[in-house]
Amino acid sequence: MKRSLPLILAFLVGFVVILSEFIPHRPFNQIVSTLEQWFMIISGFAILLGQISLIRMNTHKIVNKLPDWQYYLAGLISFALMLIFGILWGMQETPGLLGSGEGISSWLGAKPFDYLFTNAYMPLSATLFSLLAFFIASAAYRAFIIRGLESNLLMITAVIVIIGRTSIGTMLTGWLPESMQFWHFPILADFIMEYPNSAAQRAILISAGLGIVGSSLRIILGIERSYLGGEK
Amino acid sequence: MKLTAIVERRIIYSVLLLAVALPLIFPIGWTTEVSDYTRIVYELVETTPEDKVVIVSFDYDPSTMTELQPMAEAMIEHAWKRNQKVIATALWPMGVQMAEQAFTKVLLDYPEKKRGEDFVNLGYKVGGMVTVQAMGRNLMEVYPTDNQNTAYQDIPMLKNVRRLKDVAWISSLSSGVPGIKEWMMVARDNYQVPVTGGCTAISAPGFFPYVNEQRQLYGLLGGLKGASEYESLIGRLGSATTKMDAQSIAHLLILVFIGLGNYRAFRNKRRQNS
Amino acid sequence: MKAGLLIFLIFISWGLYANSFTAMDSPWDDGKAIILNWKLSPMTRNVQIQRITDSENIVTVLNTTLPEGEFVDSALEVNHEHHYRLIAQFDEDTLSLETTATTREQWFYMRKLGFLILLVIVCIAIIYYIQSARRGKEFYIRRIAGLDSMEEAIGRATEKGRPILYVPGISDLDDIQTIASLTILSHLAERSAEYNTELIVPCRFSMVLSAAKEVVKEAYIKAGRPDAYKAENIFYLTDDQFGYVAGIDGIMLREKPAANFFMGSFYAESLILAETGFATGAIQTAGTAQAHQLPFFVVSCDYTLIGEELFAASAYLSKDPQQLGSLKGHDFGKLMVIILIIVGVILEIFGISVLKDFIAGASS
Repeated sequence: MKRSLPLILAFLVGFVVILSEFIPHRPFNQIVSTLEQWFMIISGFAILLGQISLIRMNTHKIVNKLPDWQYYLAGLISFALMLIFGILWGMQETPGLLGSGEGISSWLGAKPFDYLFTNAYMPLSATLFSLLAFFIASAAYRAFIIRGLESNLLMITAVIVIIGRTSIGTMLTGWLPESMQFWHFPILADFIMEYPNSAAQRAILISAGLGIVGSSLRIILGIERSYLGGEK
Repeated sequence: MKLTAIVERRIIYSVLLLAVALPLIFPIGWTTEVSDYTRIVYELVETTPEDKVVIVSFDYDPSTMTELQPMAEAMIEHAWKRNQKVIATALWPMGVQMAEQAFTKVLLDYPEKKRGEDFVNLGYKVGGMVTVQAMGRNLMEVYPTDNQNTAYQDIPMLKNVRRLKDVAWISSLSSGVPGIKEWMMVARDNYQVPVTGGCTAISAPGFFPYVNEQRQLYGLLGGLKGASEYESLIGRLGSATTKMDAQSIAHLLILVFIGLGNYRAFRNKRRQNS
Repeated sequence: MKAGLLIFLIFISWGLYANSFTAMDSPWDDGKAIILNWKLSPMTRNVQIQRITDSENIVTVLNTTLPEGEFVDSALEVNHEHHYRLIAQFDEDTLSLETTATTREQWFYMRKLGFLILLVIVCIAIIYYIQSARRGKEFYIRRIAGLDSMEEAIGRATEKGRPILYVPGISDLDDIQTIASLTILSHLAERSAEYNTELIVPCRFSMVLSAAKEVVKEAYIKAGRPDAYKAENIFYLTDDQFGYVAGIDGIMLREKPAANFFMGSFYAESLILAETGFATGAIQTAGTAQAHQLPFFVVSCDYTLIGEELFAASAYLSKDPQQLGSLKGHDFGKLMVIILIIVGVILEIFGISVLKDFIAGASS
């Protein structure tokens, strides 16, 4: 029963949702609408589950003084600070338990939550994303090595797209006459992105789409059950 | 002298840091050409009649704001220029703050625009695609109030907006899931609302195939370049335009690295042969 | 004299111009919308359309200056008669027109017919091949290096006494890629339980966390090693995209896992994850259906599952004939798509758009 009930539910819900995609009549749309609301409610509660897991995992490491426990302590303190500030004084226009904290806001220039958001969270997040630039450089240094015909083509294409997507491309071939506009770097780069790139992307998308149909069908029919934690 | 992989990486990172930082400190002022992808987005906003209500969905967080926030500001400014009313929604929790910051910035140039009449921030809702589906049926059920706790029915600009079909276009500025794809699959495919948007440069190639004859996507702003192109189209000297110099230099440097990588590989091969 | 002629012309054109205001049920929908059409004299200054509800409450649904147009009034009561009034203002006159229409909910979205037919064909093919497999027919499946490498990765982790890191993507449980990822996790967890190798699974969403915990726990029980299951190794990090990446990067640098698996949906963070893993020297396997992230994984990972391979993984790893049969169904679908593309291109060359319109109708 423990295994059958989720399978029956998956079958019924999956089948009704697929049908409702084609049948606009009641009760299908109402059922789907209700299911959507249930999903949103469950997702909302699940956030709490995540927070509990976070606190439990970090506390375990700190209490047992596992290696690098200081990092987990820092994580937990940051979490608690944002939570407490948010609850006490709210954020932006929304007041908290102690109102809008005019005193502390005038001192900091913003509510404590907003202050931390703008001055700590935002720069930290942006810094992490900016690492991408460094990783792209090191990955490109390793990846675009000429070994044969294919890698040669790959490198030529990459060079055209890189130049075409910058201001340099405009300057380098801007002088070309109207009849040779196709060879203008930005136009050539757009052409590569629009045709060869899109064609390959679509091929992968179509086959992945078919994979999705197959996987969904296997789940709905109960053939695929390892996502529930066990085989047949 | 043979450099280890770690030393090589550190050299690459240091040079790149300089190449990005210097043009930001001393701007060069290079211009870029406007691509068709950006022009389609611009045309969509430009040809939408006045007084129409539109949605800008902030499906990102501060990490990608360097690329996506200039797009948000430029699109809001363009919509306001055309007297369209902007609803901000967020499929990402931090999108709410991103929307507030974008409105605050553009309001400096458009002080006459009023909350509730010209723009509204409906806030964040959990659920991704399911939320968009629910919005397609009834917006008020998903967002009973805006982020200021004003009841949906008391917001003047939302008087005639009951579901997604009642908006003129939707722009999703997205850095992952949920994002453009979810809007496209539900709002565009199920409710036939024009969907446009912007994404990080790293994700742009994946969305280009959707900008097709069927207009699954009405154009796409790809990364900082897309943002700077849009800024140039609406005549705004925004942050994307100034940051493009740094990006151009970084791209050039990557080309140099590719050349060096090939030189090293060629030298190693010759050494092995000999 | 001129002014008189002008007034006369305006009067004539006014008289000749048939002002119309019609309402009709939006066809083939859920019966919540009415299409309103109006065509008035070009000299119209302003048009206001009102919905007159049963209780005589009047709601203005549209205010425009366009003398001609179409408006869809939506979110209406189903199977109900709705009354509308159009008030057109001219320079000095006002014109009022009224109309009614009844919303009707239908039993089929006609525009999705093409989509339904294609879906039914693919589903029938998949079910047919599954049935064939049940009857004992064997199907060949090509080698997928990324999945074969799983043994190698677990072996290396066991040898070094280091953990395995499994990242189930950045999507929630409503993304089929995450489900596919969890099926791979199930197989990996079973093998790592057999080898007694530690498995770390950081999750971005709480729903994924619950599912991943269940999957790993069941796999350990199935492998006969429930005692080796460590609940604290499957944990939630944060909903924040790059916060999640920072957390995983930290794990990679501190715990130095011998093998990293990135399976599921990935976006801008893919290269940050893969390059950090590369720097730590771990054997890396990635798999995603996000075509635009594949190049980054290909550069930095040892093995990459491309698109559909991610969805085929469960069938490949379990060697279950029924699941393998369903893969044959995918191949039939691919063949069908190839034929449709070729036929479509030929028809378009000859200017015949029937096929394109039929299929495009599903998404227009």
